[in-house]
Amino acid sequence: MLTIHAISKTFNPGTVNEKKALSGLSLHLEHGDFVTIVGSNGAGKSTLFNAIAGAFYVDEGSIFLAGEDITYKPEYRRSREMGRLFQDPMRGTAPHMTIEENLALAYLRASKNQHAFFSRTSKADRAFFREQLARLNMGLEDRMKQPVGLLSGGQRQALTLLMATLVPPKVLLLDEHTAALDPATAEKVLKLTEEIVKENHITTLMVTHNMYQALKLGNRTLMMNDGAIVLDVQGEERAGMTVDDLLAQFRSRAGKALDNDRILLSE
Amino acid sequence: MLYILQTALELGFLYAPVALALFLSYRILDIADLTTDGAFTLGAAVSVVVCAAGHPILAVPLAMLCTAAAGFVTALLQTKLGVPSILAGIITNTGLYTVNLMAMGWTSNASLIKQQTIFHMFRDLGVGGSWYEIILAGVITVAAALLLVAFLGTRLGLSIRATGDNRDMVRASSINPTFTITVGLCVANALTGLSGALVGQAQRSANVNIGTGMVVIGLACLIIGETVLGRGSMLRGALSVFAGSIIYRLIYAVALSSKVFPIEAMKLVTAIIVALAIAAPALKNWAAFEKRKAEARKGGR
Repeated sequence: MLTIHAISKTFNPGTVNEKKALSGLSLHLEHGDFVTIVGSNGAGKSTLFNAIAGAFYVDEGSIFLAGEDITYKPEYRRSREMGRLFQDPMRGTAPHMTIEENLALAYLRASKNQHAFFSRTSKADRAFFREQLARLNMGLEDRMKQPVGLLSGGQRQALTLLMATLVPPKVLLLDEHTAALDPATAEKVLKLTEEIVKENHITTLMVTHNMYQALKLGNRTLMMNDGAIVLDVQGEERAGMTVDDLLAQFRSRAGKALDNDRILLSE
Repeated sequence: MLYILQTALELGFLYAPVALALFLSYRILDIADLTTDGAFTLGAAVSVVVCAAGHPILAVPLAMLCTAAAGFVTALLQTKLGVPSILAGIITNTGLYTVNLMAMGWTSNASLIKQQTIFHMFRDLGVGGSWYEIILAGVITVAAALLLVAFLGTRLGLSIRATGDNRDMVRASSINPTFTITVGLCVANALTGLSGALVGQAQRSANVNIGTGMVVIGLACLIIGETVLGRGSMLRGALSVFAGSIIYRLIYAVALSSKVFPIEAMKLVTAIIVALAIAAPALKNWAAFEKRKAEARKGGR
């Protein structure tokens, strides 16, 4: 589904702040893969996501989505086929617009005719939004005319998740999307993520700081260090792995201990 | 008194589209569009010149088209060419001075002597008696406002609103911010142009300085309206624009007739109103902080 071939990215080249954020990274994801990513501070996890989403163009290498070369496709065009959630729940929704208007925007991607500029939200759309909101179990379906700014962080993140998957994307990028939420809400959003991903067989990449989660969720785990993937486990090898195994593997591959100041080792 | 009210209503309606334009560019898109002054003049100039050539009705859409083009230039500068948005407006505005002179045939003013304007044509229909100017200005500008509100509910309108509300989210929802900003600024400047076109024909003249300070006056109207009616839906926003515009012109008309302060002072008063209104949140914060400090000093130790 997603093929990344030897991509590199250097920020501020030729200055004292030069930083090689990705160095010759390659990765291939099958349709329906749910991949968790862990790594040290500054390992390039978010940079990898930015490269896939198109926030910048890579210096070298190429990116293919479902067979199409998207290396030079601008971000807003890629987002028709990609969903993305950030750690900050405020980034995914427009605070002064109502829940319904936010969903209507997300639903734009679905429209067969991308140029129907003057179409409005129909009754059928509204009923569909209501039904989708109801599955969040947060009572948002009765608050569709309220501005999103009135919702809590958890509610906004759940809404963002719904918006990102309202039209199932080809790839879903989750950048620590539960890290800023309180534990109970985080769990709820995570459970919802699993449900939606499973139901629509969405190819998913998820960055997490929770080692236990990294092994428990999905079918494949990547470890990143210095802009490269140092460990890639799946199948039986992964099934038998403990958090300690994972850390030991990282130490031997990266030549240093995992230094992540927010890491969570337990459940 | 009736005369003051009539003047305020008429000017309120005539200038309301400028505030409406700023509602779109400043409030919704979050861009301070300084093209406004020059665009207003351009609207008036084109309208008067085309009207003088004998096409008063055609003059209005033509003026709007020209000012939309000015908005397009400002948008191009800031989206594609990396010019900071305020500077982009100033650059276009400066260039427009020459364009405006050119539109009026290289003179600094243009006037209508005996030519028919849309106001005359409407008066000849025999509607409204002495209120005919107010009625025509009201009908046209309210229709423009309703169209704008309807537009903001469409897919494109929602995309424009989201662009000003959360840029990150917009890119992630397959909306091209370059496109939405461009459309937004074109529509906003077309509205400014509409106002200029109507004012030009109502006054039967245009001059190269007619738009000076228009952006601040428009902001004052917008802020007064929002203070009176509050902020909320798009419809409320449009309503408050009209309320603000009429109240501003009422203050203006009262100042003009009662000599509370000389009319020349109006621009200074307007500037102070706008500066205070925009500074209000910062002033409130500062006052609250000083109060806390004073209380801590008294209660502490």
